[in-house]
Amino acid sequence: MAEWVEACAVEDVDEEDVIRFDHGGRSFAIYRSPDDAFFATDGFCTHEKAHLADGLVMDDIIECPKHNGRFNYKTGQAKGAPVCVNLKTYPVKVEAGKVMIDIG
Amino acid sequence: MTTAKKRDYSLVGESTRRAIETGLASAEWYHTDVARKAMKELMQRSDGPAIRDTIIWIVAILGSAAGIVWFWGTWWVVPFLFVYGVLYGSSSDSRWHECGHGTAFRTRWMNDVVYHIASFMLMRNPVQWRWSHARHHTDTIIVGRDAEIAVMRPPDLIKAGLAFTGILDFRYSLPTLVRQAFGTLSDDEKSYIPEMEQPKAVTAARWHIAVYVATIAVAIALRSWIPLVLIGLPRLYGTWHMVTTGLLQHIGLADNVIDHRLNTRTVYMNPVSRFIYWNMNYHVEHHMFPMVPYHALPKLHELIKHDLPVANPSMWHAYREVWPVLLRQLKYEDYYLKRELPPTAKPYRGEFHDLDITAAAAE
Repeated sequence: MAEWVEACAVEDVDEEDVIRFDHGGRSFAIYRSPDDAFFATDGFCTHEKAHLADGLVMDDIIECPKHNGRFNYKTGQAKGAPVCVNLKTYPVKVEAGKVMIDIG
Repeated sequence: MTTAKKRDYSLVGESTRRAIETGLASAEWYHTDVARKAMKELMQRSDGPAIRDTIIWIVAILGSAAGIVWFWGTWWVVPFLFVYGVLYGSSSDSRWHECGHGTAFRTRWMNDVVYHIASFMLMRNPVQWRWSHARHHTDTIIVGRDAEIAVMRPPDLIKAGLAFTGILDFRYSLPTLVRQAFGTLSDDEKSYIPEMEQPKAVTAARWHIAVYVATIAVAIALRSWIPLVLIGLPRLYGTWHMVTTGLLQHIGLADNVIDHRLNTRTVYMNPVSRFIYWNMNYHVEHHMFPMVPYHALPKLHELIKHDLPVANPSMWHAYREVWPVLLRQLKYEDYYLKRELPPTAKPYRGEFHDLDITAAAAE
């Protein structure tokens, strides 16, 4: 069942960057791609507990700050060692300048 | 008087159990505060610097190899052996390291190509070492967890001395590859290589061994030592620079702490060594922020040095500093060098660093 929550304002995320969003004891990463679209994934790397919001966004890729593990943040796909498990992604929509994610 | 427990450097032993129980394994480490904007700029990837350096590297390798072939049998071969050996047996370590992190080039396949070439030069299984290095960054110098502790305690100074010749590493690396090529991974290796990656490690070892067998066959066919002098043996005669620079990363400093300022060392080095070492002399900075490419480490150093122990001004200074510590560790293995922080730095967090196994410190 859908559960849309407001994660941040559009202007809170720079283009080709990521921020952290915590809600209900869970942590998420909110991305703004170079072509100005928004995406959301689980906040922590699937390899070890490092927050992806401290990492680097390059095109479609988020690189984990701890071991440089790479994911496609649009699909959640792990792109090779040391990350082997895909990242969970969440639906995102923008309404009235707010970024909403469905965490349901 | 309490008796300190001896360190068990196995990755599946008593120290491993203690590291996990005490929260030292996979812990949250200290990081100097850096504004996101500044860090984002520092982390930016670029192919340019690494392409430039790699072209220089390859040209120098091929040029010195040509010199070896041309002057073989005369004394003029010696300087070419010196250059080729260091490029093959030492600078490959930093290329392996940076490309393994995926930070040297922006383009992924470029990192992968150089990573595999450098791994071969070093006689390192590229799959195994990718995982061991991930562990090294998770659990830097945590006894029982870190697979890359170069000098264990109490230090074996003969072994450390022989490391400069490459003999011990060669004696370890080649049989390890042979064992892996026959499909056997050790318990330690299995502890940090995920099961799904283990067959890849075996395949990689087989490729490496195949090239060495081919090299030996060519040497026999040509009745010449030259193929072996160019492929394989530089791991012996060219390792000294890698060891000289690499040993300083952590030697004599604290273990079982979760602050890289306590267990890692930054040393200022000459430009030639920095080229060979790809700026890994800024080692505290690298461990704190492994996302920052080698070419941006000097900038990162300037940005955070107010929060770090003062860097050693030279390799000579660093070795002079560490030698008495090693001698003392022969009798008291808990002894270590606790480096002073400048007044501008955030203090070390005592609750993380006052465990009984790091009780004695030199200030």
